Amino acid sequence: MAFKIIASQCTQCGACEFECPSAAIKFKGETYIIDPNKCTECEGSFDTQQCASVCPVPKTCVPA
Amino acid sequence: MSAPMISLESLASTTSFDQLLATAKSGGCSSSSCGSSARPDDMDPAVWEKIKDHPCYSEEAHHYFARMHVAVAPACNVQCNYCNRKYDCANESRPGVVSEKLTPDQAMRKVIAVANEVPQLSVLGIAGPGDACYDWKKTKATFGQVAKEIPDIKLCISTNGLALPEHVDELADMNVDHVTITINMVDPEIGAKIYPWIFYDHRRYTGVEAAEILHERQMLGLEMLTARGILTKINSVMIPGVNDEHLIEVNKWVKERGAFLHNVMPLISDPAHGTHYGLTGQRGPKAMELKALQDRLEGGAKLMRHCRQCRADAVGLLGEDRGQEFTLDQIPDEVIYDASKREAYREVVARERGDHVAAKGEAVETVRAASGGSLLVAVATKGGGRVNEHFGHAREFQVYEASPKGIGFVGHRKVEQYCLGGWGEDATLDGVIAALEGIDVVLCAKIGECPKDQLTAAGIRATDAYGYDYIETAIGALYAGEFGIEPLAATA
Ligand code: SF4
Ligand code: SF4
Ligand code: SF4
Repeated sequence: MAFKIIASQCTQCGACEFECPSAAIKFKGETYIIDPNKCTECEGSFDTQQCASVCPVPKTCVPA
Repeated sequence: MSAPMISLESLASTTSFDQLLATAKSGGCSSSSCGSSARPDDMDPAVWEKIKDHPCYSEEAHHYFARMHVAVAPACNVQCNYCNRKYDCANESRPGVVSEKLTPDQAMRKVIAVANEVPQLSVLGIAGPGDACYDWKKTKATFGQVAKEIPDIKLCISTNGLALPEHVDELADMNVDHVTITINMVDPEIGAKIYPWIFYDHRRYTGVEAAEILHERQMLGLEMLTARGILTKINSVMIPGVNDEHLIEVNKWVKERGAFLHNVMPLISDPAHGTHYGLTGQRGPKAMELKALQDRLEGGAKLMRHCRQCRADAVGLLGEDRGQEFTLDQIPDEVIYDASKREAYREVVARERGDHVAAKGEAVETVRAASGGSLLVAVATKGGGRVNEHFGHAREFQVYEASPKGIGFVGHRKVEQYCLGGWGEDATLDGVIAALEGIDVVLCAKIGECPKDQLTAAGIRATDAYGYDYIETAIGALYAGEFGIEPLAATA
């Protein structure tokens, strides 16, 4: 289970990177990507997925 | 009064240091008020000390000093219906727009490069494209590095206020003494129409609940800043039919909480920008509507009327943007700060300022003595407080109102440059005329017969008779000609 970022919609604001409790989000090449091995879907840390909550563009951080 | 000509223009353009010094020294001063401070009589000296070189906090300073923004803070915790940070374009000038985002290290190189080349630079601001307090680590790292290299630069941030209370103490520790908070409402019901959501305490909130939280944090942040003696400017976006009337209430609230300045800005809502308001057809206010609201607010918190709604990476005097000269690819990897140009410039400004104040005082007396009506004057200027720009080269006109109350700055009108490469385009001139709606007289350093005639046909008089005079001196003479005993032929 993991989240992913729809790169074409991402504004590259970086908000998700600093809210992710699992350090799963990195800027690689041209876009932000979520490392599926590190993403916990915020289980155990927060009620909602932080990347999806903080992203300014709707439906950009979504279940993979 | 004919003031001595000290060419601030040659000082401010990028020249060799020797040239700069020669210009600075050649500027003689005949006025007895030479070197005196330009502090208005009703202002606390400590406050004046803080704002006298800040182009946004002091209307007077904006003729002499420049600011730069570094775009180190792209992440945002509030969505506003008038903002779309996804869209950015080099030709766009509006808040939230940048052509390149910087890391704190890159920002520091850029600040030094600009400080070396732009002697007017006095303020470094962080205004997004996201929120400077939310994206705090980068804001803090940038300020820390720059303050070490250029200790006399003023640090300034702009925030939506949601994450502000957490950082007030650090702001005070870093000597940030100018903070701008964007406050568009004090009634959460109205807030819900402006903010679709906020992200707070690890959760997304929407509707009235979101607006309530934002409102509480904004008021708390403002009170905390006031308690620490940090100057605050409140930015409000005027959205016709949504919060225009309500801004009178906002003005009261922020004044009670110690806000130093209130800056009411017009909504920008071009559909091409892809903002919610742009797409839903919400219109922005006209220049005269904005002025009418600002006039009603006069007497509450002090109003700022010279805001240019700059890009989050703007560089230079307000009203100009030299950002394109300082993109990362033009800045060397290693830059070393050279204070000489900024220091020389400051010396000259200190002298020129005293003289300008004296000239201004005389002009205001003239206007008060002639008991006439009110006159709206648009001025083409490139800084230094003088009528020194050609009509065809102006990208904006600064608007002054002269009346028995005195001479006051009331705003500016942006225009497309009419004269590109020597000849004027008729279509653009029509645009310029439309932008000058309601203006009685245009003052400029030079204007051709043809645009002058077309302006006259549209009911706007234009003259270059006062070229290179101080703005107030020119307006004083114009006003005396209009309403005084002796008519001035030059205003025809
Ligand atoms: S769902 Fe949570 S853990 Fe996964 S990437 Fe998003 S913020 Fe990080
Ligand atoms: S928060 Fe959304 S827009 Fe911002 S970097 Fe992450 S995915 Fe992109
Ligand atoms: S947006 Fe307004 S307040 Fe901010 S730097 Fe520009 S002129 Fe100054």
